Amino acid sequence: MATTNLKINGKEYSVDVDPSTPLLWVLRDHLNLVGTKYGCGVAACGACVVHLEGEAVRSCVTKINRAAGKEVVTIEGLSEHGDHPLQKAWEQVDVPQCGYCQSGQIMSAAVLLREIPNPTDEDIDLAMTGNICRCGTYLRIREAIHLAAEIQTKLK
Amino acid sequence: MTEVKNNMGRRSFLKAALLAGGGMIVHFSWPVGSKAAGKDALEIPEEWFEMNSYIKIGKNGVVTLFNPNPEFGQNVKTSLPMILAEELDIDWEQVIVEQADFYPERYARQFTGGSRSVMEAWSPLRTAGATARQMLVLAAATEWKVPASEITTQQGTLLHAVSGKQAGYGEFASAAAMRPVPESVKLKNVSDFRIVGSSKSNVEVKNILMGKPLFGLDYKTDGMLIAMVVHPPAFGLRFRSMDDSVAKTMPGIKSIFTIDSLTEDIDQNIFDATSFTKFAVVVGNTTWEVLQAKKALKVEWEAEPERIFTMGGRKATFPSGLESTEVHRAKMQELTKMPGNVSRRDGDPEKAFQSAARILERTYTAPFLAHNAMEPVNCFAHVTADRAELYGPTQAPEFILGTLSQRLGLPKEKILIRLARMGGGFGRRAYGHHLIEAAVISKHAQAPIKLVYTREDEMTAGIYRPTYSATYRAAFDENNQLLAFHVKAGGIPESPLHANRFPAGAIDNYLAEGWQIPSNITVGAFRAPRSNFMAAAEQSFLDELAAEMGKDPIDFRLELLERARTNPIGERNDYDAARYAGVLELVREKSKWKETTEGVHRGVSAYFCHNSYVAEVVDLVMKNGIPKVEKIVAAIDCGIVINKDAAINMAGGAIVDGIGNALYGELPFKDGVPQKNNFTTYQLIRMNEAPKEIDVHFVKNEKDPTGMGEPPFPPTFAAVANALYKATGRRFYNQPFINELKSS
Repeated sequence: MATTNLKINGKEYSVDVDPSTPLLWVLRDHLNLVGTKYGCGVAACGACVVHLEGEAVRSCVTKINRAAGKEVVTIEGLSEHGDHPLQKAWEQVDVPQCGYCQSGQIMSAAVLLREIPNPTDEDIDLAMTGNICRCGTYLRIREAIHLAAEIQTKLK
Repeated sequence: MTEVKNNMGRRSFLKAALLAGGGMIVHFSWPVGSKAAGKDALEIPEEWFEMNSYIKIGKNGVVTLFNPNPEFGQNVKTSLPMILAEELDIDWEQVIVEQADFYPERYARQFTGGSRSVMEAWSPLRTAGATARQMLVLAAATEWKVPASEITTQQGTLLHAVSGKQAGYGEFASAAAMRPVPESVKLKNVSDFRIVGSSKSNVEVKNILMGKPLFGLDYKTDGMLIAMVVHPPAFGLRFRSMDDSVAKTMPGIKSIFTIDSLTEDIDQNIFDATSFTKFAVVVGNTTWEVLQAKKALKVEWEAEPERIFTMGGRKATFPSGLESTEVHRAKMQELTKMPGNVSRRDGDPEKAFQSAARILERTYTAPFLAHNAMEPVNCFAHVTADRAELYGPTQAPEFILGTLSQRLGLPKEKILIRLARMGGGFGRRAYGHHLIEAAVISKHAQAPIKLVYTREDEMTAGIYRPTYSATYRAAFDENNQLLAFHVKAGGIPESPLHANRFPAGAIDNYLAEGWQIPSNITVGAFRAPRSNFMAAAEQSFLDELAAEMGKDPIDFRLELLERARTNPIGERNDYDAARYAGVLELVREKSKWKETTEGVHRGVSAYFCHNSYVAEVVDLVMKNGIPKVEKIVAAIDCGIVINKDAAINMAGGAIVDGIGNALYGELPFKDGVPQKNNFTTYQLIRMNEAPKEIDVHFVKNEKDPTGMGEPPFPPTFAAVANALYKATGRRFYNQPFINELKSS
């Protein structure tokens, strides 16, 4: 056990856990931020994607000591009122079925949109292939990312 | 208008009143309704008036509708309340939707499976909505001293045109709730529907996108501990002993013990299915700590002899032994050559085959599949001496309740099962072994616990889609006309045969046989059980037959359906040939079937299952030798569509699921061990393999609604196979097709 200082969604936290504990379980079990999902535990499904210093990482394989002192953003911190362009687009397209993978999908898409403000279908396929949606909402995810790009452009 | 007898019964109303006093059931959560979606939250009324089990109305006119059925992504939490709202005649914007707990006295059928949620809720929910509306009308009529027949309603408002009087539902909610239940009520005409048939946003969408705790795995309560189980690594093994000397000293660990989930005295039902009944259990403070101790636990296993248990009052058995896919294949091949159990015989098929000028015979196979719902198996349980509370993902609480009651020695009314939103299901969560395990662990640990399966636990613990094989034979005369048709289908451990489905009824000489091979690998329903394989085999074979006869594949199917419609063979045909033909005609039109594009290969398939008809045309391209489905056009006849956009979403999802499983899905076994245990090796369809376009069309009619979750799934397999044939010149007989493509 050791104390690790974390900055998540702009808030400071201090947790006393084994430094090898994955960020995912600290978020879920210790900080009650359960929007980040467990799907596979081996970085193969993308349900647990969060932003670490602005990069999309799989929190299920990101040890807590790697996140110490760095900026972490989870789905709960993507926007205060659920009005990030991606969240607006997701709502408008009515993307989710079961909804379990969607926070990971959105967090992956957020990095894509920052890097490529107007992604093509191919850009989306490349960036989003690490995120599994077992319900098969891929077409709506693509549509929502394009829509979010439009919303984002208008805001600028 | 249709007058219907109010058979929802006084019982549900009386119970509702009783419960409102008892206060056991109403978990009011805010905001869960449509109002959470970006607009100002509705004002929560100080007092609610229960009109019946499904509807309560506040003094301010805000209406709460209860979704009775478990939600796993099929969108019942939106579509079932839409049915209530339609007949109640309210403004959808004034609605809060809540998930009901499992309460069999209050609700008719709280089961998600068989694509029957909307179909079976249709009439009860319309009646419930119309009854509440009628009680409001009668309350207003009494107060206003006017005939009830002169009062109309309009989106939550009561109107009396003659006097100009009007009032919101909220004003009469109290008086209406006190009234006796009318003996009969009038239902709306389908043509007057405003809500049913429109597109309403998923009531939970905002909560999903903001990462709110909605799922069983998100659940947490004071003092709750985390529990994990260790199950045998192979089917055919059982627990012998364990060494917990290291594990029990690890940080955060509270206790390590074993449980027997299903004891010998229990009379099981089919949804109790599980291969494993004795587990090592680790209980501790946090998921990661428990996972580490679980890895440090040393468990010894031993061969399990034949296991005998009771199911539905009868003896049932699991054979002993360690099974392998290679052996399964050989055994199945053997049985395809043996006589099966005849389920249907029309004409004289044996004679027709003897006299045939030519016979075409083809065998199709498919492997075991894992469901792989994204949210792994989990369940919260808190069991004390006199009661039990469970919260978690389950499709079938009514089936698990009886088993829980037997196992815990508690009367059913002392067990509360609360229904969490499920992170997918696909049939997997109809099986409630995890509820039993969680309850037994909680009882033993004397604490509230949340049982958590890892992905590996889930993928290797059973409840798979069985492995199947089907052999089709067709006999032709000298003029290349179809004389006879023979299907022999089997599997491990069940036969997938539907003897009375198309093309039964369309061919004079017809024979259907089944067989099965027992196994200790636990199987269960998987999205459109049996149909998902039979559609693949049958619709591939019909495609090949059409080609052999030089006919267009759609024309050939329509010819057979025309025969089944006008002059059917036999009386037990379980499909409506006209509706079946209808979806083929619609998909032909919408896909512009006759048009061809260079490099695009088209395949068609159609199937009837779960009371609905679906036809699909797949456009497939080959890129560097790899098949990619670019577009699908689907035509669906499921009667009245409740929530159009959601239905399109679900059909698209089922089709993507079909493409993925047809091309990649398989779970092989070696010596009882599942050879894949996570998404690193189990290939699921991903974004880069998903089509660009799915174009869904519904047949417009006023027939009562039928299933939507399953029917679009089975036809996809053969549509892909038939397109692959066009692309490669080869027929594909064995799933997953990607393996067959690689082996060429």
